[in-house]
Amino acid sequence: MNMVVEEVEGKASQGGSVAGEFLTFVLGSEAYGLEILKVQEIRGYDAVTQIANTPAFIKGVINLRGKIVPIVDLRVKFKMGKIEYNEFTVVIILNLGGRVVGIVVDGVSDVMQLEESQIRAVPDIVASIDTQYITGLASVGEKMFILVDIEKLMNSQEMELMDSVVMH
Amino acid sequence: MTVDMSQFYEVFFDEAEELLAEAERLLLAIDVANPDNEDLNAIFRAAHSIKGGAATFGFMDMTEITHVLENLLDRIRKHEMALTVEHVDAFLAAKDVLEMELDGHRHGSDVDQEQVAAVKTRLASLTQAEAAADSAPAADTTPAVTPAAPVEASQVSAHVAPAAALPPPADGLTQFNILLPELKEKDIANLQEELGLLGEVAGSKHESGRTLLTLNTDSSESDIVSICSFILNPDDLVITQATADAGPSTAVTAEHAAEHAAEAGDTETASSVKVHEEAGYGLFAEEGKEAVEEGYGFFAPFTPHADAPSSLKIDDNTAAMSQEEIARAVASPVETAAVNKATAVTEKRNPAKPDAGHASAETTSIRVGVEKVDQLINLVGELVITQAMIEQRINALDPIHHEALINSVGQLTRNTRDLQEAVMSIRMMPMDFVFSRFPRMVRDLAGKLGKKVELVTVGAATELDKGLIERIVDPLTHLVRNSVDHGVETPDKRKAANKPEAGKLTLSAAHKGGSIVIEVTDDGAGLNRDKLLAKAKSNGLNVSENMSDNDVYQLIFAPGFSTAEVVTDVSGRGVGMDVVKRNIAAMNGSIEIRSALGYGTTIAISLPLTLAILDGMSVSLGSSVYVIPLNLIVETLQPRAEDMKTVTGEGRMVHVRGEYLPVIALHALFGQETEVSDPTDGVLVLIEAEGKKAALFVDALVGQQQVVIKSLETNFRKIQGVSGATIMGDGSVALILDVPALIQMGQTHNYLTGATSFASKAVQTISKEYTQ
Repeated sequence: MNMVVEEVEGKASQGGSVAGEFLTFVLGSEAYGLEILKVQEIRGYDAVTQIANTPAFIKGVINLRGKIVPIVDLRVKFKMGKIEYNEFTVVIILNLGGRVVGIVVDGVSDVMQLEESQIRAVPDIVASIDTQYITGLASVGEKMFILVDIEKLMNSQEMELMDSVVMH
Repeated sequence: MTVDMSQFYEVFFDEAEELLAEAERLLLAIDVANPDNEDLNAIFRAAHSIKGGAATFGFMDMTEITHVLENLLDRIRKHEMALTVEHVDAFLAAKDVLEMELDGHRHGSDVDQEQVAAVKTRLASLTQAEAAADSAPAADTTPAVTPAAPVEASQVSAHVAPAAALPPPADGLTQFNILLPELKEKDIANLQEELGLLGEVAGSKHESGRTLLTLNTDSSESDIVSICSFILNPDDLVITQATADAGPSTAVTAEHAAEHAAEAGDTETASSVKVHEEAGYGLFAEEGKEAVEEGYGFFAPFTPHADAPSSLKIDDNTAAMSQEEIARAVASPVETAAVNKATAVTEKRNPAKPDAGHASAETTSIRVGVEKVDQLINLVGELVITQAMIEQRINALDPIHHEALINSVGQLTRNTRDLQEAVMSIRMMPMDFVFSRFPRMVRDLAGKLGKKVELVTVGAATELDKGLIERIVDPLTHLVRNSVDHGVETPDKRKAANKPEAGKLTLSAAHKGGSIVIEVTDDGAGLNRDKLLAKAKSNGLNVSENMSDNDVYQLIFAPGFSTAEVVTDVSGRGVGMDVVKRNIAAMNGSIEIRSALGYGTTIAISLPLTLAILDGMSVSLGSSVYVIPLNLIVETLQPRAEDMKTVTGEGRMVHVRGEYLPVIALHALFGQETEVSDPTDGVLVLIEAEGKKAALFVDALVGQQQVVIKSLETNFRKIQGVSGATIMGDGSVALILDVPALIQMGQTHNYLTGATSFASKAVQTISKEYTQ
C-alpha cells in the first residue's frame, strides 16, 4: 500500500502528467479530494457507540465486520456543513497503513484522475484545517478541490486518534 | 554434494523435546522396586532415538551423554542391574542436561559445562559401580538373562583363572584379567606400572606366550583401556572381568569393542550382528556354533582368526534367527536392528533411522502458526455475528410465507454454532500440558524438604485456551511449591497427627459453567486463622477479629505476607502469592481459598475458557450498554434513600453492611445523558479491584453474558476507564469497563459535578443521532 503511494508521489515529483486518482467528497459547500488508495470502502452512517472523554468530533466506534473502528466527523472537526445524520450521511472508511478509521462527510461525489498540471500550490490562508494537511488545490473546469493529506491529518495529534495523545 | 542439514534441525529439536518429556514422564511414573519392562524399553528407546538424531546432526555433546545414559539403561532393562532411586535421579539429571544442551543448540542459550560433566561422571560411575557389584550374582543366579560371555572371553578367562596371581578382589573392587598382545618387555613393565596406579596388579605368563596382567581395582574397563592405549592398540587388548569364582565373565561391552574396532578400521577383527530387541541380543561367534537363543551376547572383537567371519557368515547367522524376530527388528528402527558388518559401524554412526518410528505419530497432527488459527477464530466470530443478524431479520418475517427460509436459517444457526465450537477447540490444549511438569517438581521439592508427597492429578484432559495454558503455569507453580513447603507437614508431624506419612497433593481441573476451575488441594496443616491475623496485625494491615474466614485467608495474597517462620529457598519470602493473585486477575480469573485447620487447604482458581472471552454483566446507561467483568463484581443492590450519605454535601457514599463505599456515578464520569440521576432509582454495582471497593451507579442491569473481547487500540487508542469493546448480539458495540481505572477515576474526579469537565460532549448530544 505504502509502496503504491510512494510510487504515485514519485511520479508526481518527477513532473509526470498523472498525479493520481482522488476520491472527491463534500464538506458543507466545499469540495475535497483524498487519495483513492487510502479508501477501503464507503458506507452509510449507522449507529455508533459513543465513547466517554473524547472530543466531540470523535463520534464513537462501530462494528465493521468484527473490527472496532472509530468514526470521526470531519464536519464537526472543521465546523462546516449542517450537522445532521440521515440516510444520505456517508462514512468513508480509510485504511491508513493498517489502521482503519471512518470519516463522516456530507457526501461523496466522484473519483477523478488528476494531472500534475491541474494541481496548484496552497496560498497562506487561515482555515480551521491547517494548511500543512493540504497538499494542493486542484482545478477541474470551474470547480476547485482541496486535496487533503488524509493520513497525515488522521495521524496528527489534534485528531486524538492515536495513543500518543495525552488527554486533557 | 552437501546437504544442508540445518533445515532438519527443527524437526530434530521438536522430536528430541518430545522424547525427553516422554522419558521424564516415564521415569517419574516408574516403580523403582518393580519396574515395568515396557517402560524401561520406552525410556531406552527415547535415549537411543535422541542419540541417533544428535549424532546425525553433529551435536556431539548430546550424543556423549545419551551414549552413557543408554549404556546404563541397557543394562537395567536387561536386568543386569537393579533399578535404584539413584538411577532415576541420575536419569532425570541427565534429562535436564540434555534439555539444556538442546536449548543451547536451538536458541543459543548457555550450557553449563560443569553440570554436563558432573552428570556424565555420575552416570559413568553408576554404570561401573553396578557392573562391579551386580555382574557376579547375576551371572550365577539368572543365567537366562545374563549376558552370555563372549566365547573367546570365557575361554580366555577359563584358561586364565588358575594363573591369576592375585587374591580375589575385596568388596567394591573388581578383578580384571588383561591379556596383552605380544609386546616388548619394557612396554609390559611400563604398563604394569601405569596400571598399578589403579589398584593391585600382578603379571603372569599366559600359555599363548603373551602376558596376562591381573588387576584388582575399582576403576572400569574403559579406564584400563584408556591407560593401555598409550602403549598399545586397544583392539589388541583382551580385558575380562573375573568374578569371585572365576566363572563367566563379562567383556568390554560390544559397543566399546565395536567402536574401537571401527576406529582402528580393522575390518578383520570385529564382526557382529547386534539385534536389539526386548529379548536381548543374539550372540554370534565366528563359527556360528553358539546357540541362537534368548539372551544375548557380545561379539568380542579380538583374536584375529584366519577364518574370521565375513559378512556372508553373518548373514548365515542372521538367517539362523527366526524370520519374525528379524522382521520385527527391522520394522521397528527405534529398536534398531543394527546389523554391524565387518566394519562394525556402531549405532553412533548410524544415520537417524529412529525418526521413522515417529512417522506415524507425526501424521496425526500438523504444526500451524498461531496467527492462522487466530485469523480463523476471528473470521468465525464474524460469521457468528452475521448469522445472529440474519436470525434477527428472519424473526420479522411471516413464518408461513417464509417457512423454507426460516428452516434454512435454523440449519445455518446450528452449523455455525458447530463450526465455532470446532474452531475454538483448535486453540484448546489439555491441562496435562501444565500438570505434566509437576510430578517432577513435587518429587524434587519433597526430596529437598524431607517430606513425602504423593501427587494426584484429576481432569488432566480438561481443555483450556493455549494462551491461558501458558500463563497459568507460573501461578500454579507458586501454589504447588507453597503447598508442598507450607501445606504438607513433615512425616513425623503427620504421624503425630494420625495422618499417613505421605502427604497428598491433588491438582484438578474441571469445567464449571463457562469457566474452568483449577484446584490445588493438600491434606496438610491448613491455614491457621489466628496466626494469619496476628501476622497481619504485626505487618500493620488493617484487620479485625471478626473478619470472615475467606477474608482472612485472602490475606496470604497481600504483598510481603508470609507466615513461614523459616525462609527456605523454596518459599516463605512472602513474594509470590501476591504475584499469583495479580496474574490470575490479569487473566480475568479469580482465586478462592478453602481451608480447615489440620485437614488441609484448597486453592481454587477460576478462569474464563479463553483469553478472548469475558464473563460480563451488561448494564445500561442512557442509550448505551456497558459490560462489567463479572469477576470484579461483588454484588449489585438497589440502595434505600437512608443508605445514601454525603460528605460536605458533595461526595456521595453508600452504606452497605457497616462499610461506607464511595459512589461513582458512571453517567457523570462518562458525561452521558440519562434520566436516572438518583441512585435509588438505579442500581449500584459494588466493584472491587486491587483491594479497593466502590459502588458504580448505573441505570439498570441488562443481563449476564459471555462477550468476546475486542481491542479498541487496534484502530483507535486507549480510552480511560474502558478496557476494550465487544460486539453484542445485535451487531452493536458495547464498551467493557476498566474497573480498576474507574475506581481510580472516581477518587480523582468529583463524580457529582463531574459532567462539567466533559462540556465538550455537549456539542455531540445536541445533534440528534440518526439511528435505523
